[in-house]
Amino acid sequence: MPGLGTSFGRGGATTFLQDLQNADCILIEGSNFAEAHPVGFRFVTKAKERGAKIIHVDPRFTRTSALADLYVPLRSGTDIVFLGAIINWVLQNERDFREYVVAYTNASSLVSADFRDTEDLDGLFSGWNDFARDSGASAMAQQGAGGGRGESTYDTSTWQFERNPDGTLRRDETLTDPRCVYQILKRHFSRYTPRMVEDVCGTPRELFFEVCESLAANSCRERTTAFAYAVGWTQHTVGVQYIRTAAILQLLLGNVGRPGGGIMALRGHADIQGATDIATLYDLFPGYLPVPSIQRDEQTLAAYLKTNTKPTGWWNNFPKYFISMLKAFFGDAATAGNDYCFDYLPQLTGDHSTIPTTFAMKDGEVKGYFVIGQNPVTSGQNTELIAAAMDRLEWFVNVDAYENETSSFWKREGAQPGQIGTECFFIPAATILEKEGTVTNTNRMLQFHEKAVEPAGEAVSDAWLFYQLGKKLKALYANSTDPKDRPLLDLTWDYENDDERERLRGEPSVFKIMQEINGFQVATGAQLTGFAECKDDGSTACGGWIYSGVCPDKQTHRARNRRGDEYTSLDWGFAWPANRRMLYNRASADPAGRPWSERKKYVWWDESAQKWTGVDVPDFPANKAPSTPAKPGAAGMDAHSGADPFIMQLDGRGQIFVASGLKDGPLPAHYEPLASVIQNQLYKQQNNPTLREWDRSDNPYNGQVNPRYPYVLTTYRITELSGVYTRYIPWLAELQPEAFCEIDPELAVEKGLKNGDYATISTAVGEIEVRALVSGRMRPLRIAKGQRVHQIGLPYIFGNFGYTSGDTSGDVIPLAMDPNVSIHEAKTLTCDIRAGRRAPRGRVAQDDAVPEPERSRDGQPLIHGREAGV
Amino acid sequence: MANGFFTDTTLCIGCKACEVACKQWNELPSDGLAFTGMSYDNTLRLSGTTWRHVAFVEDREVGTTIVNRWSMMSDVCKHCTHAGCMEACPTGAIIRNEFGDVYIQPDVCNGCGYCVPSCPFGVVDLIEPFKPSAAKAAEYNTATLDRERLSEGALQSHGGIAGKCTLCYDRQRLGFTPACAKACPTESIQFGNVDDLKARARKRVERLRERGVDAQLYGVDETTSVGDLNAFFLLTQPPEHYNLPARPVLPSTHQPAGYAAAALAAAALAVAGLAIFRGR
Repeated sequence: MPGLGTSFGRGGATTFLQDLQNADCILIEGSNFAEAHPVGFRFVTKAKERGAKIIHVDPRFTRTSALADLYVPLRSGTDIVFLGAIINWVLQNERDFREYVVAYTNASSLVSADFRDTEDLDGLFSGWNDFARDSGASAMAQQGAGGGRGESTYDTSTWQFERNPDGTLRRDETLTDPRCVYQILKRHFSRYTPRMVEDVCGTPRELFFEVCESLAANSCRERTTAFAYAVGWTQHTVGVQYIRTAAILQLLLGNVGRPGGGIMALRGHADIQGATDIATLYDLFPGYLPVPSIQRDEQTLAAYLKTNTKPTGWWNNFPKYFISMLKAFFGDAATAGNDYCFDYLPQLTGDHSTIPTTFAMKDGEVKGYFVIGQNPVTSGQNTELIAAAMDRLEWFVNVDAYENETSSFWKREGAQPGQIGTECFFIPAATILEKEGTVTNTNRMLQFHEKAVEPAGEAVSDAWLFYQLGKKLKALYANSTDPKDRPLLDLTWDYENDDERERLRGEPSVFKIMQEINGFQVATGAQLTGFAECKDDGSTACGGWIYSGVCPDKQTHRARNRRGDEYTSLDWGFAWPANRRMLYNRASADPAGRPWSERKKYVWWDESAQKWTGVDVPDFPANKAPSTPAKPGAAGMDAHSGADPFIMQLDGRGQIFVASGLKDGPLPAHYEPLASVIQNQLYKQQNNPTLREWDRSDNPYNGQVNPRYPYVLTTYRITELSGVYTRYIPWLAELQPEAFCEIDPELAVEKGLKNGDYATISTAVGEIEVRALVSGRMRPLRIAKGQRVHQIGLPYIFGNFGYTSGDTSGDVIPLAMDPNVSIHEAKTLTCDIRAGRRAPRGRVAQDDAVPEPERSRDGQPLIHGREAGV
Repeated sequence: MANGFFTDTTLCIGCKACEVACKQWNELPSDGLAFTGMSYDNTLRLSGTTWRHVAFVEDREVGTTIVNRWSMMSDVCKHCTHAGCMEACPTGAIIRNEFGDVYIQPDVCNGCGYCVPSCPFGVVDLIEPFKPSAAKAAEYNTATLDRERLSEGALQSHGGIAGKCTLCYDRQRLGFTPACAKACPTESIQFGNVDDLKARARKRVERLRERGVDAQLYGVDETTSVGDLNAFFLLTQPPEHYNLPARPVLPSTHQPAGYAAAALAAAALAVAGLAIFRGR
């Protein structure tokens, strides 16, 4: 989540659900909060009961809108215009929280004189290297796995801040210097006007002004506004910048780090936060430590630490966490003499995320595939391509509790199983009730759960699977003397269960795994009480620094804590980092350390005790007085003053302008989605110039603005169903038994569709049939030049397995992704719709000879993951 | 002294957790898989095997097709003070239990169905008799029951009789909150002593009216023949809007008129008979 990470310092929600009840206004945008997070929504209803204004901005009138005080429609994919116009309104009317902005953000920092904005370059920032215009080799030089466009990048050298001779940042606290961030911001968003909101978003101006007034009136010393978003903001080719726009607005309004404020990033699955924390992403180790990359020249430990250790701020501690992690991985084998086995780690050669790897698989470059707790053939995009790619595998392992579209990809309509050579394995998985362990929820909070019943049949837990797989691999290589097998043999793997019955079943001890993640003293084996004890000399081991403190001694597991109260509940579970519930909470006090107001008291400086105190764990050095001056030239936290609340950042402040860390610009700019119904009204540049696309015969695009696909399509989940397992539950299946789309009555009349009829939705990728649910909850919008825009809603939870029936939306969505986090675009698409059912799917590609891998322009096959020219 | 539900429609988010929790706890089967096109409502009504039902009502702006209000309400058996079903039950299967709730004793009910038309709200319904095949019946005797069999197992014990909300009689006996109220994430469904709930509800109405919401209670201080409802509602629209009768009528209130008419007819027949015989 680099949108939040680059703005504030950490890639997680800045607040926690329970705190929403303290908000005076809640803006829900890019999220169907009530439907997708019904349990967390109780705190929104509580806020409403306390008099807060609830605003829902969304293309569809949903169950969230029904509960909101104000529903604001907009065209899907235009949130940067909507939020950018609010930023412009706030700046023009000087409604920002000026004291907060000056003290806690980088609004006063001066940017390099060489910086050029989108205002100057018609939609591009300075530093644009358009490799696409060059021919041959240089274009290929930037290609990742699976090919695809997206070669061009920004050189960020002109985005940097100016510095004084002593190394400190140059600032203008009056915010009047034309080169200060505040003035650049003002110019940048000056074209994001209410008129533009009407022309681009299709949102009536009165509604827009009501939102502006509500936000500004509820953002000051006495009052706070919270934002909540979910995948409605992320699944776009410009998604990260949506979140950046919200972050800028919240910084301007002075709401970050304060009770009832912040940005609530709603996670869609029970443990999705935990999955990114303890690293299922290809380019991150536990605790968001990057995997070494050849592209960044990180072949040695020294070089790696040099690029990743920040001179100032908390990330100055980087080597402590990284070396402790290597000690946890490789135990006694990791010594100072061998760089703590740094050479054992893989080196990244390019983008190996899901989408490029899927293309590589389709091109025959991937031999084997593990799919665990995922169902890409339904929840992925261009699902026919994914399934066809799986046809070319040698082997495929699926671990799931239910047979699903991915495990039985060879049963799909039109497939000829006799011609598919993939050897398939299906391993039954234990469900959450059949195993113990922790789940990290959207509050960044770990909660332990016991096993309620024994797994059915031969089902095993995921921990069992990986533990036994590791043991078997180690046994296979036990006698090897080949140096390349050392990483596997030196890997620490001592998680034997102390419970005899579980040990005989082969279940590892999840408690021991968590103890290793927590970290311990190598010499004594004593548990670390927190990440502050991590050392960079090999004397400590710590598997995932951000979780450190969860098991502070041999007996305690704080994720088991169950003493709650009405608010922060510090004795319920354990939230990373260091059990803090609200991040950056130093900002809840003014620069002098006093609460901004009695009403919004949270964490403050206790003068008599000379320490920070409050209702939460302070997100600040405990005894650092507010008056502490910054030491110019100092390293780490000493470079920050006692009034710099964003401790992870270089300058200790919230970043309105992001100098590095983002691939598509230091400030958000509106680009239309890959496929749209209108030309970009703001700039000549139509799409995000850095997006990645694969324009090939098996992944065709509708085109930027194509009259054959005149309708906007957006996808989402509904409360009743989530994944394949919900489709197998009759009680859930009867609530939403069949795939459907939601269309407005005007479009229904135009297309001759009656409520409940079958409709066929088509894109360049393919077509699907679903029932039409005609409802005035979908509203046609009027945008520029009187153009009437119809939006079609399509839930993406249906498939062929389970009690429900219907086509999967993934069959009409092409693959394309954003440059920062490699996420797909599934929230804004274009399509056509007609009454009636689709034709049966016939013969598909695997009948033909398996084609050669697609070749690069100079005729060389693209080898998966290898960057040419390196 | 009775326990009941206070269902506050202003807090309902239409998640249907109550429907699912009810079916799970009471081991009720799915009613079938039919896409209705009626907003997000695919179960449509309370039945012998659907004891909580969330209604979705879309309201259009006058003169347009635009929906600007989407009302949701979780409906349930009202556990009336004067219950039509109880009056009609010839076997004494329907009783008022120790928690003050209207309860159908499954082992006494003979499935005559008299209660069905006697409910002013259309709540009670007969559950289809369950006839397992010989092979299935043998399976039910095995110790390992999976989820599907459990719900069908419930049918086996309940099928062929009348079914409706028991206010989780079994849970109450264990001191638990009924499943629907327990599962409700926004406290739209509250369970408790009816007098306490009424006090809470009246306060809630006051607060909502202060905020300009046209709130009213349904089933509290009623003057209808059904009397107060142990499961009452807070509504912001007229009752008909949610498919509730504005003035529910107990079928037995028609009895005096019915008997009078019958007596009159009998008298008329007697007179006519006498006239005929006298004429001979």
